[in-house]
Amino acid sequence: MSKQNNTSGRTVIHMEKRNSISRKKAWTIRLTAVLLSLIVCAIVIVAITKQNPLQVYAGIIQGAVGSKRRIWVTVRETVILLVIAVGLVPAFRMRFWNIGAEGQILMGGAASAALMIYLGNKLPLPVALILIIAVSAVAGMLWGIIPAFFKAYFNTNETLFTLMMNYVATQIINFLICIWENPKGSNTVGVINSKTKGGWFPKVFGSEYGLSVLIVLVVTVLITMYMNYSKHGYELAVVGESTETARYAGINVKNVIIRTMCLSGAVCGLAGALIVSGASHTISTSTAGGRGFTAIIVAWMSGSIQIATQFGLNENASDIITGILLFFLIGCEFFVNYKLSVYKEKEA
Amino acid sequence: MSETNVIELKNVTKRFGDVVANDNVNLTLRKGEILSILGENGSGKTTLMNMLSGIYFPDEGTIRVNGKEVLIQSPRDAFDLGIGMIHQHFKLINILTAAENIILGLSGSVRLNMKEVEKEIDELTSKYGFDLNPSQKIYSMSVSQKQTVEIVKVLYRGAEILILDEPTAVLTPQETDKLFDVLRSMRDNGKSIIIITHKLNEVLEISDRVSVLRKGKYIGTVDTCDATQESLTEMMVGEKVSLDIDRSKPENVERRIEVRGLNVRNNEGYHVLKDISFTANAGEILGIAGISGNGQKELLEAIGGLQNIESGEILYYTKHDGNVIEKLHQMEAGDIFDLGIRLSFVPEDRLGMGLVGSMDITDNMMIRSYKKSPGIFTDRKAPHKLAGDVVEKLEVVTPSLETPVRRLSGGNVQKVLVGREIASAPRVLMVAYPVRGLDINSSYAIYNLLNEQKRAGACVMCVGEDLDVLLSLCDRILVLAGGRVSGIVNARESTKEELGLLMTGGKENA
Repeated sequence: MSKQNNTSGRTVIHMEKRNSISRKKAWTIRLTAVLLSLIVCAIVIVAITKQNPLQVYAGIIQGAVGSKRRIWVTVRETVILLVIAVGLVPAFRMRFWNIGAEGQILMGGAASAALMIYLGNKLPLPVALILIIAVSAVAGMLWGIIPAFFKAYFNTNETLFTLMMNYVATQIINFLICIWENPKGSNTVGVINSKTKGGWFPKVFGSEYGLSVLIVLVVTVLITMYMNYSKHGYELAVVGESTETARYAGINVKNVIIRTMCLSGAVCGLAGALIVSGASHTISTSTAGGRGFTAIIVAWMSGSIQIATQFGLNENASDIITGILLFFLIGCEFFVNYKLSVYKEKEA
Repeated sequence: MSETNVIELKNVTKRFGDVVANDNVNLTLRKGEILSILGENGSGKTTLMNMLSGIYFPDEGTIRVNGKEVLIQSPRDAFDLGIGMIHQHFKLINILTAAENIILGLSGSVRLNMKEVEKEIDELTSKYGFDLNPSQKIYSMSVSQKQTVEIVKVLYRGAEILILDEPTAVLTPQETDKLFDVLRSMRDNGKSIIIITHKLNEVLEISDRVSVLRKGKYIGTVDTCDATQESLTEMMVGEKVSLDIDRSKPENVERRIEVRGLNVRNNEGYHVLKDISFTANAGEILGIAGISGNGQKELLEAIGGLQNIESGEILYYTKHDGNVIEKLHQMEAGDIFDLGIRLSFVPEDRLGMGLVGSMDITDNMMIRSYKKSPGIFTDRKAPHKLAGDVVEKLEVVTPSLETPVRRLSGGNVQKVLVGREIASAPRVLMVAYPVRGLDINSSYAIYNLLNEQKRAGACVMCVGEDLDVLLSLCDRILVLAGGRVSGIVNARESTKEELGLLMTGGKENA
């Protein structure tokens, strides 16, 4: 920020923390960030593909909202990302860095795939669906409890632990694919119950993704209430801020860590069910598809702004463009919080 | 020579958001003098000095050093100008020696000749009368020795202007005398010294001139020989203040807390409390004195159920005749609360233990009460009312009840915490450094609250650092040294010197 030489007449840029900023100004900064990111993207697009960037952007918008089906796909992707982020929020509020959503999703997805394969055609659909949702949540929960237990009792590093649990989950999926292979030798599971649609989410609101949207909305409302109005939500916020204060207040820190990760893992496991039973109807190692990580950014941004999900972070957008956009969006928060002033030194 | 100004501040203003920490401050430091900067906490003393040492950058105004206008952007800029600051919290590396800490960060030749460095340090220390062994490791040093290292570090780097931020806050009376001797000898050698403090007697003892700040504004500068405690207080506070604590005779004294042979090891395995035994009575204020870090924190935390106890007993007597005794040493904080024992605790680390910095006042009131409401949801109505009452009764300055307590000034944070702890009408009230960071009026308000609790029949235990205050506030004073009780004295008969000796006297080489 500053240069060290003590010559006169130099210009210095100085950083100051803003105490408050008008809503209008904050959104102007964010909008500028989006525009800037689009310009940078355009340069990258021209440099790599030599295509007209405006056409590429038109293509992205077409891909996201070009038809009724595409709109539903965009909505589906958005709500799944949202529910994972909602699952991460309690853990993050507790300052438990759960990088293991990916694995928790895979375990939830595996549980629902198993139920679809073994019971999907035997049980009536409502029973099967309830079972799928409950069991996948439990599966994600188990994957969340393990690192939480070690954090609570042995103070292990949860970031590394949850990250490594992802690899274990991936290998378990590989193992399950060997068992569930269909057709034999394809090394994939294929679409499960493609004829009977056993265990598939039914159409709601005229779309096969309607039920997912409904579930995500309910979960989001419940978690929001849990975080803001329940004693549990209060306790986990205190633990996140300072375990010393929590002990002082007579809170059982170990219990809170384990309890919160149960919830976080369960919601991520549920997301696995939404992906497998509600959308892809198959399971593979890429079922989570990096959403567990992208959702971290969503959860992170929800702390200050709730816009991440409003930008179509969908599968049709190129990863580069998403990356640049996110970089600018997160980066611009610096300018929302700080202002820069320029000083000029006068001659003595 | 003595009329040369080495530092001139003109119309310096520093804002933090809406808060004006320094408002058009003017200040001059002459060569070869000791200038005290006096002001209550939050009056902007430290902010002002941080602008001289390159930690903050002024929003407006000019700084001249030796007559030349300068921009000080970093501590390195300050060093280049010969300004060295000794902060309240030492910035030393424990596993290195004094000499290694002193040369840390300095450029030099590729080969490091430690012998040469130690010789230079010895020359410096003998010149000014410091007592320092350059090859001693920091972790084996006392607080006052560490402070010496910080001062020598600054001198070694060629500082001509020294700024000391509350240097006596961590020292015993004897150590303070030694420090003042050194400061005088530095002054006589031509160094210019600024000392920040809020202790009036020290200002009168050490300084040549006094500059007073109040609420960020510069009030004026007087020659020390023309000043008295009363005149300086009036400048600081803006009105006449009576500095008396209304200490009443203890009434209905009965045994409330008894500690027997208490031993505690901290997380690193150090034996921090050794065979502590004492009784604390209801209707009485028991002061706990000692150099900071001699077990005060652990003692209060042990009673509050926040420390693992190795051996010993802590007993709580509900009735005088001893019919009902609770064994606190077997309980955690939550158990004590669940049993309905009204034990309140104002810990030393307010935002790290007593409060949650990012939460507002209402949510912080809930820490003690949220468990009481039925059901799974929290009740915010009662805490909200309590928050309003505390803000009103203790005159907490806050933009609203919804402001995160981290944004409040230190004194207001303390009022929120003390207000919450007193609200439950405690039977035992433990406070650690209750007025640290508070202005004079708030301090006396807190002393009065403690006395009120004493008259209401609470057993008050107060860890303090200002011995004058402890002597006029408490009924008995327990002195800790090296984790042991080195004495329990009657506060009405004891003296500062006796306490100072007990604070160091009981020290062991453990």
